[in-house]
Amino acid sequence: MDIFLQQLINGLVLGSVYALVALGYTMVYGILELINFAHGEITMMGAMVALAVIGALALAAPGLPGVLVLGAGLVVAIPVCMALGLLIERVAYRPLRHAPRLAPLITAIGVSIILQNIAMLIWGKQYIPFPDVLPQGRHEVLGAAITDVQIAILLLTMSIMLMLILVVQKTRLGRAMRATAQSRQVASLMGVDVNRVIASTFVIGSALAAVAGVMVSAYYGLAHYYMGFLLGLKAFSAAVLGGIGNLGGAMLGGLLLGLIESFGAGYIGDLTGGFLGSHYQDVFAFFVLIAVLVFRPSGLLGARVVERA
Amino acid sequence: MSVPKLGNLPSSKLDAELTPLLAVSQLSVAYGGIQAVRDLSLEVAPGEMVCLIGANGAGKTTTLKAVCGLIAPQAGSVHFDGQALTRLPAHEVARRGLALVPEGRGVFPRMSVAENLMMGAYTRRDRAAIARDLDQVYTLLPRLTERRTQPAGLLSGGEQQMLVLGRAMMARPRLLLLDEPSMGLAPLMVRAVFDIIRQIAAGGVAVLLIEQNAHLALKTCARGYVLENGVITLSGNAAELAANPAVRHAYLGE
Repeated sequence: MDIFLQQLINGLVLGSVYALVALGYTMVYGILELINFAHGEITMMGAMVALAVIGALALAAPGLPGVLVLGAGLVVAIPVCMALGLLIERVAYRPLRHAPRLAPLITAIGVSIILQNIAMLIWGKQYIPFPDVLPQGRHEVLGAAITDVQIAILLLTMSIMLMLILVVQKTRLGRAMRATAQSRQVASLMGVDVNRVIASTFVIGSALAAVAGVMVSAYYGLAHYYMGFLLGLKAFSAAVLGGIGNLGGAMLGGLLLGLIESFGAGYIGDLTGGFLGSHYQDVFAFFVLIAVLVFRPSGLLGARVVERA
Repeated sequence: MSVPKLGNLPSSKLDAELTPLLAVSQLSVAYGGIQAVRDLSLEVAPGEMVCLIGANGAGKTTTLKAVCGLIAPQAGSVHFDGQALTRLPAHEVARRGLALVPEGRGVFPRMSVAENLMMGAYTRRDRAAIARDLDQVYTLLPRLTERRTQPAGLLSGGEQQMLVLGRAMMARPRLLLLDEPSMGLAPLMVRAVFDIIRQIAAGGVAVLLIEQNAHLALKTCARGYVLENGVITLSGNAAELAANPAVRHAYLGE
């Protein structure tokens, strides 16, 4: 088996999920300069809700094709997460819009703890296995293997990202979002309902998070009330790597982080003579975060256009 | 304004002449205990050019912000075309046909010139008319045509001022509120900008101009108000104000 190609595939799949979550961080940051630390928990909620639906469907109608069951999970998880994002913005962040920046940041951490505990109360502390409904196909490509689930993740995340770019670049809402990110006051003078645009940003980011949550639980085959923490932190690192506030940066950062993790895990044993193993995979995201903050705090694509007064 | 209406003819010429387009009445604004504007009343008739002059810190920008809904007044009312605007949020005010060009210009720096212009038409849905207006703006402001794909943040100060004027036109406003359009511009550029303002006004748009450059403001507008420490101390037609010894002494440097 070709290790390099295999790690490339794994890294791209993982990275595309990170990118989806990173987009949520970066969109909210771009518009509010707020790091929404509850975003990882929205991802977790997406996974949990989808899993509950998929589990119930697998029991009730065992014969249904896997794609349909997975689709049903997504169809329920996405609106639930959108509503959750809307609620969090309205209740937790909007009242603090004019507060010092530390206040919403601490609130975000609080919201994330609340969501974790709600999930724990509903679904318990144990790992929840992904029901055995997914297609198990594996394909050989030049000595590496790619599964049906991996192909589905790549296709879904890439098409969602393409759609997001189109929305932000071409639609009226997208223009309003970019205008609001650049100057809330001037945007409102143009007739943009800034509160609505900010709420829409949370809703869109939460929808992406829901998809990412379902994908990641399908990929690893399990979900857990605490899974949003590490996933969120990694996606945040990816957003910072790409340049927080920059959509293209979040996509690039997510993919790069997935690749770094995957190659790191694949080769760390060889590089350290077997001293460190692939379970150190999670460390790489934070090496990257620290390195970016030290050497290029604005991120890879974070260089801003010179602004004249 | 409580001008008696003559019959039930909302669009009669007489009615239009009597009802001011903008009526600010006894407006008071305070910032955390500091009284910025007190009991301010002013009017702008449809198509009229009016200026509000005063020293730095007199309350000119505060007045405009309160009219546009960017800050909430303590007391008083703002009516536009007979409808109350008081306490409406800024985006609702903008939808009713007021366009504010804020101090320091306020372009969207990372959007292209063309996208900035299109933001001016944000509340409009009539695509064909928007396209025509865009052509018109480019004709009036040829410098923007050359730079339509560039990020607005890279334009010079004068070009940015032209861009925000063009953007305001894209909203097809009935009243244009201008906050210090001459600020920070070279004299030649100031003249060019004021030429554009006069052309916009010639198209029937009413203008409320705020300026520290009282000479220029009084030369451009038909009527003016003088604001001192948050209170209007003088008002009248521009020629009279320009001849007033107190104005000449305080604002025209004589």
